[in-house]
Amino acid sequence: MIEEIITSGRMNPEIDPILHVWGGEIPFYLFLGGISAGILIFSAYFTLRGRQEELPVAVKWMPLAVPFLIGIGLIALLMDLSHVLYFWQLFTNIRWESPMSWGAWTLGIIMPLSIAWIATWVEDIFPKWDWKFDEVKTAIEWLKNYRRYMAQILILLSVILGMYTGILLSAFNARPFWNTSILGPLFLASGLSASAALVSFFSKSEVEKRLFTRIDIILIGIELFMIVHLFMGHLAGTQVHIQAAQMFLGGAFTVPFWVFVVGLGLLLPVVLEILELKHKFIPAIVPVVLIVAGNLMLRFIVVNAGQASRWLY
Amino acid sequence: MRYAMAVDTLKCVGCSDCVVACQTENDVPIGHCRDWIVEKTTGTYPELQLEIRSERCNHCANAPCVRTCPTEASHYAEGGIVLVEESECIGCKACITSCPYDARFIHPEGYVDKCTFCIHRVEKGQNPACVSVCPTHAMIFGDLDDPNSDISRAMATRKWKSLIPEAGTDPKVFYLI
Amino acid sequence: MSTNMNRRDFIKVAGMGAGSLAFATPLFDFSKGEILAPDTVPGMYAKRTPTYCEICFWKCAGWVHTNEEGKIWKVTGHEDDPHSNGRLCPRGTGGVGMYNDEDRLKTPLIRTEVGGVQTFREASWDEAFTYIADGLKKVAKEHGPECTALFSHGSGGKYFGDLLKAFGSNNITAPSYAQCRGPREVGFFATYGEGVGSPERVDIRDTRCLVLIGSHFGENMHNGPVQEIAQATAKGASIITVDPRFSTVASKSKFWLPIKPATDMALLLAWMHVIINEGLYDKDYVEKYTYGFDDLKAHVATMTPEWAYGLTTIKPETIRETAREMANASPRVIIHPGRHVTWYGDDTQRLRAVAMLNALLGSWGRRGGYYNPEKVKFKSYPHPPFPKPTRTWKDAFPGKYKLAGLSLASGICDATIPTVERDCSFKAWIVNGTNLIHTLPNQANTIKAIQSLDLMVVVDTMPMEITGYADVILPECTYLERYDNIRVSPHREPTLALRMPAAEPKHNTKPAWWMAKGIADKMGLGHFFPWNDIEEKLDWELKQVGSSLEEMKRLGVKKLDRSYDDLYPMENLEDFEFNTNTGKIELYSTAMEDEGYDPLPKYKAHEEPPEGYYRLIYGRAPMHTFSRTANNPNLTDLMDENSVWVNPKVAKEWDLKNDQYLWLENQDGVVSKTPIKVRVTERIRFDSVYMVHGFGHTNKKLTRAHGRGASDADLITRVHIDPEMGGTGMRGNFVTFRFEAGEEVSS
Repeated sequence: MIEEIITSGRMNPEIDPILHVWGGEIPFYLFLGGISAGILIFSAYFTLRGRQEELPVAVKWMPLAVPFLIGIGLIALLMDLSHVLYFWQLFTNIRWESPMSWGAWTLGIIMPLSIAWIATWVEDIFPKWDWKFDEVKTAIEWLKNYRRYMAQILILLSVILGMYTGILLSAFNARPFWNTSILGPLFLASGLSASAALVSFFSKSEVEKRLFTRIDIILIGIELFMIVHLFMGHLAGTQVHIQAAQMFLGGAFTVPFWVFVVGLGLLLPVVLEILELKHKFIPAIVPVVLIVAGNLMLRFIVVNAGQASRWLY
Repeated sequence: MRYAMAVDTLKCVGCSDCVVACQTENDVPIGHCRDWIVEKTTGTYPELQLEIRSERCNHCANAPCVRTCPTEASHYAEGGIVLVEESECIGCKACITSCPYDARFIHPEGYVDKCTFCIHRVEKGQNPACVSVCPTHAMIFGDLDDPNSDISRAMATRKWKSLIPEAGTDPKVFYLI
Repeated sequence: MSTNMNRRDFIKVAGMGAGSLAFATPLFDFSKGEILAPDTVPGMYAKRTPTYCEICFWKCAGWVHTNEEGKIWKVTGHEDDPHSNGRLCPRGTGGVGMYNDEDRLKTPLIRTEVGGVQTFREASWDEAFTYIADGLKKVAKEHGPECTALFSHGSGGKYFGDLLKAFGSNNITAPSYAQCRGPREVGFFATYGEGVGSPERVDIRDTRCLVLIGSHFGENMHNGPVQEIAQATAKGASIITVDPRFSTVASKSKFWLPIKPATDMALLLAWMHVIINEGLYDKDYVEKYTYGFDDLKAHVATMTPEWAYGLTTIKPETIRETAREMANASPRVIIHPGRHVTWYGDDTQRLRAVAMLNALLGSWGRRGGYYNPEKVKFKSYPHPPFPKPTRTWKDAFPGKYKLAGLSLASGICDATIPTVERDCSFKAWIVNGTNLIHTLPNQANTIKAIQSLDLMVVVDTMPMEITGYADVILPECTYLERYDNIRVSPHREPTLALRMPAAEPKHNTKPAWWMAKGIADKMGLGHFFPWNDIEEKLDWELKQVGSSLEEMKRLGVKKLDRSYDDLYPMENLEDFEFNTNTGKIELYSTAMEDEGYDPLPKYKAHEEPPEGYYRLIYGRAPMHTFSRTANNPNLTDLMDENSVWVNPKVAKEWDLKNDQYLWLENQDGVVSKTPIKVRVTERIRFDSVYMVHGFGHTNKKLTRAHGRGASDADLITRVHIDPEMGGTGMRGNFVTFRFEAGEEVSS
């Protein structure tokens, strides 16, 4: 028998016996950030493909939510900071090696950019909209000329936004469960999937609905593939990685993950969506709610499980 | 100059004098400890071995906490000592999560805290509080770049190990075994 | 004036009332040390004052560092002090916690009854002193002053001791005798004519082989031995540890003998057999200094390693090998007497065997063995001669415990319960710095004794369990806030150490000397404390030995020269007359024989645990002392509860998991009052369980300690009395596991 224990000292709050410094705020922000990234990517991409009239909800309507989603996400992040009065230090430093710094700056730039993006579409959606100030009107007209460039930058930044949280977590090799390069793409795919499901739900156009349902089915397929390979990778890794995977294969996270995230959050919605495509009647709200809830659960579980996995003691 | 610490596990009795001396010297708030004792028992009664270690932040040369810090709060100071600058710390806790030794914690005032190798004493030519108080003289502190320092000589003459070297952090706290 | 309550309820709930009164009264002024030469960290502290630690009895001298605001910052060791060599142990370093602990007793309290419920009310010092003075005078009038006793295990007890002697009673006792080291003092005294003393006179730093019978240094954090063991092993000394548990020091030993509990005597006798029969003993030493060698040789003739193997489960080859290891190192070998040796009731005889083994190997009085300590010849401030009492506690036990050199705390406790055989019993106790509920075995007996008292005064710094039974509680300030007598302890060199206050006493607490003097004044005994304040007394005493209070405030510790160069009086086989009947080291004890006890130790088989029960073994943790540190905020950060060590085989049998909580029930059906956490570990034998002493506090006012861990004292109900000196053997209790709480025990 090997007994290796801390017999004195430490037992610091939120560190021992299980690390739990990140509570609900971080997964909530990750959820909102992922959806915002997905919305902006679809909006920018289909603009570049010239399909903005065909897919009005995806291109013009959904981005309206983004500043609010990112705003709430930022408030959640601020609430998580334990030394919050100094938060502005984030913007007096750029640390190229720190994914946290990347994230702070990306958010900082995406926020105004997404507002500018929405501003170019506002008149399309609300024809009676009046900017009131002439300077604003000219500025918006000027921006509309640069829509292609804005779209390209938006895609780039949104991909970073969607992926960086996963990359941030995987950069912490101290937490074996997160120590996999699959986490970044998984979070991006998950964010895209949730926003695709939301577009499909809110859209009034049959073409748009079918397109995004098909996109979503493919994305869920990719997610399932990545989840399987995430666990395969851990089980083929070192002792601590195997232990991390075992939290999900018989340990405390088994039921919440496989039943709620994979079963109800991925498998059931994808089946329902396939049936929708086959013109079977499915209440549209069901797959959307399942996917979005599964999305949130995924992030909660990943953040908690990662903190619970450790190298020592 | 590369500061490092060595703990002689053959002499350490796990009394935790180092833990409480650090607490009083550095005004560490009650309920928090910057260092701790680990006991590792192997074997079956009565064929047993016991290794006792006094552990703390390892002041790694390739510190993940310094790398992930989004501001300049976590930084390398003189001699490679890893410190946290209170007024730059935003409390994002990325450093806490990135430490494979789980050596950091949140100070009640909001910033992140950990062992500082008692830099305020080292600057004046004294040893850290834990090294100065150890009743069995199990702890050595010094400059690895000085071949005549106690620590360089101990590392040269004794078998030693560091904790989870495979984590790639290049720790500067060693255990003489 | 004493209460009409005929039963002392254990007062658990805070009935203390609000707040505490302001501190220092104009009657006295604690002068502080001047700004001394700062160490090399300017600005980090304003001054440092000397003290000696009070957390355990080692009394290491140190410096208290205070910052500019007068707040105590830290305590460090005094570099010139042989007890600590400049480094305090974790309890000493955590001493600031005692000062900062907000659960401290803050003001005098007197027992009263409110609405049918017994509780405490705040009182002034004057009121408290009057209450005590009246109570003591009443006892003297009705029964005689000899029926009062002082239980003390703190420096302040010296002053209460003087008070009691002035009053006419000699019954001053410390639990450290009959509950702890008594058997070794008597065993060694019978052999060498001198006891072991405190600090123990063992020359560990120069030894080549250290043999420990049950001692677990490293967990038992006596600063001196732990430091010296580290020094000795660095120089190549080997350690032989005899312990059923794989202790810290066992892990650093060359030989660990995982002995079956209660069989150590067989091992000692077998070692003597091997050493004598293989001619490994120090022939010249034995020839010159000892008496009774031939009797011993004949006595152990049949006590072979093979015989011992059957009893101890230690293999015969190991017994021979370790005997040779010891003999090889002779005379620089120490078979350590241990300290808490009250185990099975034949402890004096076991310590006799230890003493004899040392004598065979020629280590007594030699380098690397036992040195000859010296302490400063200290004269106390003169006072009128104390009255001679007509009786002492010993008169309560005619014909018993004939070799006891000091009074028995357990004896006095027993003699407090009125019986038909005795014509008087103790009526008043003053208890200072000892939590008798956790200290004395057989709790029910202690509580019964307390219920029989007319007056119970408790002087303490913390609301320990014993305070719940008091009539009057006097809040003592911590050692960091007061003066005490000069420390004059025996060591290789005679030293003086000063304790002076580093800060004003917090709340309404006071030092013991002030309390004793105040009570004495109330009782018309003020002339026995003829000095006006403590500084006057200390200065006078120091001047008699060539120092002064002013010098000691500056130095902290002063080393003096030995009067004779006799640190190792037997080193070269010099002539020596031992303080025994024969003038020699008595391997065959004539003193024992005279009193009707065995002159040579015999093996006695002790009771074994019944089926499903495990022997309860208890011990120490390096960050705690007795039960007194369990609430210290700094030390609870290191360890805030104890656990019961269970062998994995046993855990499997009972389906126990690490960190689960359960209750322990002993052979008499007594259940621990609080649950304890399980630690499944290979380090404990399958027939025993182990726990650290001092936890399981039930007084709610100890906010950090209340309910944490369990108390071994709860479970020690079967006591084996050592016939020679009345020591209370406590290791004959067996426990089993229970998964729900016992019934509420009302006191």
